[in-house]
Amino acid sequence: MAKKEVDDRFKKFGTVSFTSISKVNDFIDYLEKGKVAGTRCKECGSVFFPPRADCYQCLSSNMEWFEVSGTGKLLAYSKLQYGPVGFEGDLPYCIAVLDYGDYKVFGRIAGELKDEEIKIGMDMKTVVNKLPNGQLNYVFQRA
Amino acid sequence: MGKVGIIGVGQSAFVRGYGGSIRELAFEGFKECMKDAQISVKDIDASIVCSAPEYDKQRSPAGVFAEYLGLTPQPTFYTESLCSSSSTGLKLAYSLIKSGLHDVVMVIGFQKMSEISSAESQERMGRGADIQWESPFGTMMPAYYAMYARAHMEKYGTTLEDLALIRVKASTYGQINEKAVYRKPVTLEMFSDPQSPMSNPVASPLRVGDCCANADGSSCLIVASEEKARAFSNKPVWILGIGAASAPVNMAARDLFTGLSVGEQAGRQAYEMAGVTPKDIDVAEVHDCFTIAEMMAYENLGFAKPGEGKDLIKSKETYKEGSIPVNVDGGLLSKGHPIGATGGSQIRTIVLQLRGEAGEMQVKDPEIGLVHNIGGVGLYGNVTILGRA
Ligand SMILES: [Zn+2]
Repeated sequence: MAKKEVDDRFKKFGTVSFTSISKVNDFIDYLEKGKVAGTRCKECGSVFFPPRADCYQCLSSNMEWFEVSGTGKLLAYSKLQYGPVGFEGDLPYCIAVLDYGDYKVFGRIAGELKDEEIKIGMDMKTVVNKLPNGQLNYVFQRA
Repeated sequence: MGKVGIIGVGQSAFVRGYGGSIRELAFEGFKECMKDAQISVKDIDASIVCSAPEYDKQRSPAGVFAEYLGLTPQPTFYTESLCSSSSTGLKLAYSLIKSGLHDVVMVIGFQKMSEISSAESQERMGRGADIQWESPFGTMMPAYYAMYARAHMEKYGTTLEDLALIRVKASTYGQINEKAVYRKPVTLEMFSDPQSPMSNPVASPLRVGDCCANADGSSCLIVASEEKARAFSNKPVWILGIGAASAPVNMAARDLFTGLSVGEQAGRQAYEMAGVTPKDIDVAEVHDCFTIAEMMAYENLGFAKPGEGKDLIKSKETYKEGSIPVNVDGGLLSKGHPIGATGGSQIRTIVLQLRGEAGEMQVKDPEIGLVHNIGGVGLYGNVTILGRA
């Protein structure tokens, strides 16, 4: 089999992806393996989520992956009743930010959680989620 | 180097579905501005055109407008910072004049949002955020501001009714502003009436009534050096302070969800440059794309302490007769929010206020006014302080 010339793995991220090529395309491979991963600069130790290919602190592009694990605290959230074009089938859904201390994660709250179960400050964990259209993202579940 | 003044202001009516092309829309604000300044296009040394380009079918509108408005062969260029584009244009005009490169600069803001459908428009607004890491989750502007609303309510006990009061105030002035797109009253009762569209949830906790009205519109300003301003005008309004800041686009890189850091930082810079404090501001225009945005602006600009913005609206201090009148032209909520035209329209309102020409909306004898214009979800922030002296 001929070698694949264009590495467009990133087009698998989210209900609709607006990016196909990125230097952090390995993020998708981690999702496939059930892991949500960020990057850590091997030169200065800076930690990045979402993952970055380049460190603005020390200008290094020498990065290693780490897994987002443990729990974070819910900082803010909102439930959408209307979605952008292409997301109508997912409605309603909640977007949110979790604080892990060293970094924060932006994503969606798991659909099975009821409104009254969601409270700012609650502990949540980030898990990989396969969407009905075969795409991959991650969601926050109660820890 | 002398001061920099504003010698002409104009705007189109803000409307739904403007019946003309973008150059014709730009002409409406331009015409009012030229009649206001009473100068010739030959007196204008350069022009800056401002919009959010994702709505425009026309590539590089600056050249098209320069031709239609008779501003060739003078230099023209385009700038954007989403919803704060035309206050960024004003800052550039100030810089061009201060540098000595030009004496008189025109700033034209416009947006014809109806070039595309409402759903497409929402999709584009979502792409004003981080398209690699956030847009794939299905984000939209109201949802981002709703996250701030939720965090503000949780931390400070702000209620949905407090937010609704801001829309009620906006509608009070939208009704008397002939340029406003939404001229009907909005009452507190509508927010709890399931029959009223105002109560319809958009992105909880925000409802339709908490969101600004999309509109088509244009704005136009003429900015001049002190010498030219005095020569051309007997009522120039001076730029006393300008502040600007940016924040990380990705929500995951932000520390604060109960206020906008760019509003606070740009405000601090503008106050320092102007040598004034929040107490000195007699009338203000703030970026109320959502009710929560105005609430946060009260606090970020120092009109109220963090968490006490709700007291300001409950006691009606931000009404025309209050201690710090805010958005007494209807604001983005009722006057409307044609992205690229908005900052210029806010500046126009304050210039008219300082000249005592705001008609029914006139605040009593203001001497110093402030304009707070935000791009994206607190991604860009410009604060401009204007004065009569
Ligand atoms: Zn580094």
